[in-house]
Amino acid sequence: MSIDLVLGLFTGVVFGFLLQKGRVLRFDKQVGAMLLKDMTIMKFMLSAILVGMVGINLMASLDIITLSPKAMNVGAIVVGGSLFGIGWAIMGYCPGTSVGAIAEGRWHAIFAVIGMLLGGALYAEIYPLVSETILSWSDYGKITLPQALGVSPWLIIPIFWIGTISLFFWFEKKGL
Amino acid sequence: MKWKTSDNGWSPYLAGALLGLLAIVSAFATTQWMGKTSFLGASTTFVRAAGLAEQAIAPVHVEENAYFSKTQVKVDWQFMIVVGIFIGALISSLTDRSFKLEKVPPTWEKRFGPSVGKRALGAIGGGALAMIGVRMASGCPSGHGLSGMMQLSVSAFVALALFFGAGILVALLVYGRKS
Repeated sequence: MSIDLVLGLFTGVVFGFLLQKGRVLRFDKQVGAMLLKDMTIMKFMLSAILVGMVGINLMASLDIITLSPKAMNVGAIVVGGSLFGIGWAIMGYCPGTSVGAIAEGRWHAIFAVIGMLLGGALYAEIYPLVSETILSWSDYGKITLPQALGVSPWLIIPIFWIGTISLFFWFEKKGL
Repeated sequence: MKWKTSDNGWSPYLAGALLGLLAIVSAFATTQWMGKTSFLGASTTFVRAAGLAEQAIAPVHVEENAYFSKTQVKVDWQFMIVVGIFIGALISSLTDRSFKLEKVPPTWEKRFGPSVGKRALGAIGGGALAMIGVRMASGCPSGHGLSGMMQLSVSAFVALALFFGAGILVALLVYGRKS
């Protein structure tokens, strides 16, 4: 196996281990968040973002890594994001968590994986059409929030931290 | 704050923070060893896996397809992450005995009953729709939600808001009635 594949496998094993330990692989946790009853996945995701954001931006500032934000293509993000949300609520898993859910015995998640494979195949067929329509509406390119606002990321990161930590306190107070 | 949850898991704050560390180490390691910074993601793998499966039946069709050529149908770094997620979750759930065979998720059962057929229909339909959306948006809760947010990408803020916005709306409509 090439270094890429070994690195990917190792990263994935740790990723899957943490997803399972955080108990976020469950249908009930994902739908629970959407029903605003159980904020486990929000706590998990936002904690990862808080920590990752500092290290990623620090390494980017020092030119150790290069950022590659995804394009703010309005049609792609708005239509695609909404379609995903609708499908996510019914399926109860996202792509990464579906395979982990099967691994912890929730074998019905195999249907979610089958559905997503069908969706992937279907998207490859409709891509030319989507590309000419939805994807061509308007595109702001690969921009970050600091670039869009013309400020330093080190102004935005502390504000994001304060906002998120306040949200965590509110979750705990409400027992979510 | 407790480090252990009532179901013997780790606090989501702790597990999440460790995932943040993994994202940092991974960005560094991919830059060093693969020559280009790669960020955690999962959804492109589903397109590649679909392409690999289709290749067995209709290789010419896959070769001529614009999206498959753009995405490149092959087992790559991200593909192995998805394989690794399965292994990591298996190790974790077997060692702390949270592995549990489940026919239908409890929240689903409360609303739609214990039928596996109904659940399969919902999961396949929902899954297909979600994957079309996520490929259109070029990222899932990992690619946009984690990696994009960590980079403070504008598209990630909008995508994540819509993932949850649409998800909340539909979840309340679909499961909200009986509870």
